[in-house]
Amino acid sequence: MKPLISTITLAFCIGTASTFGTIAVGAEKIPASSIPAEYLVQPASLAATLQSNSGPAPLVLQIGFRKLFDEAHIIGAEYVGAAGESDGLAALRERVAKLPKDSALVIYCGCCPWNKCPNMGPAFATLRELGFRNVKALYIVKDFGTDWIDKGYPVTRGG
Amino acid sequence: MPPVRRALGAAAICLCLSMRTGAAVGVAEPAGRLYSIAPDFTRTDLSGRPLRLEQFRGRVVLLNFWATWCGPCIEEIPVFSRWQLRYAAAGLQILGVSMDDDDTVVKRFLAKHAVPYPILMGDAKLGESFGGVYGLPQSILIDSHGKIVFRNVGELNLEALRSQIEGLMGIH
Repeated sequence: MKPLISTITLAFCIGTASTFGTIAVGAEKIPASSIPAEYLVQPASLAATLQSNSGPAPLVLQIGFRKLFDEAHIIGAEYVGAAGESDGLAALRERVAKLPKDSALVIYCGCCPWNKCPNMGPAFATLRELGFRNVKALYIVKDFGTDWIDKGYPVTRGG
Repeated sequence: MPPVRRALGAAAICLCLSMRTGAAVGVAEPAGRLYSIAPDFTRTDLSGRPLRLEQFRGRVVLLNFWATWCGPCIEEIPVFSRWQLRYAAAGLQILGVSMDDDDTVVKRFLAKHAVPYPILMGDAKLGESFGGVYGLPQSILIDSHGKIVFRNVGELNLEALRSQIEGLMGIH
């Protein structure tokens, strides 16, 4: 897994340098676009899963930013921390430390457009590195408001 | 005039007056939505000085929700900085609202990058009052009467927005 992380980190750094110019911020950057398509779940599909009564629901983890989570989040989701930052990544490791490696996990952020999200890539890479085999990344193309709330999918408002 | 006709006449006058003044007769537009009056708020800037939206009434206000972790937000800031300097005398006031979780990173960012307009710390309640700030960047344009005339989530068409701002300030 580590060679994969290194490769996608390098690729993103090259992209970041040209895109953000001299005012890039943040530490380790792994783009959400590095997540293979077979690990993505569409919002409509996750919403249907959460609304159905058949089978256990996955554990949904918000690995973005606290204030956006406090405004509204996917029903049943837990706030973990911004995985693009070291504190958030440590919180993610701690949250999943005691979970079986075959746990059904869904991670999501939705802070920004998919290709600019600073959190999804690091969160996914970390969970895979830890050995979680059943991890899905919620594919939010634009932002959580547009791709989840405006579609009428289930939310909890307030922190 | 019979009482019933007098009452009907009074009701008609009231209806005409309310239509003329734009007063809501049916369901009011929710606060923070497009074409409604922007909800007033007070937040402190990074030096602890309280700023109230209402104090900028009479100016065109661009309310920009952003965060240091948001790449597209960071790209917009140099453009907004130029606009603030160029259009301040014509009546533009840009207000940056940071949605970072704490102000430490914002102060660090501003120490490196001079921004010539106030930066306030936002929160979930403020986002909700504007109909929800669920993704960034998000920009809300408020005319000199306090009405929201444009809002955008995600990357902006900056040229189109600049034209709209110039139009609101009577620059042609």
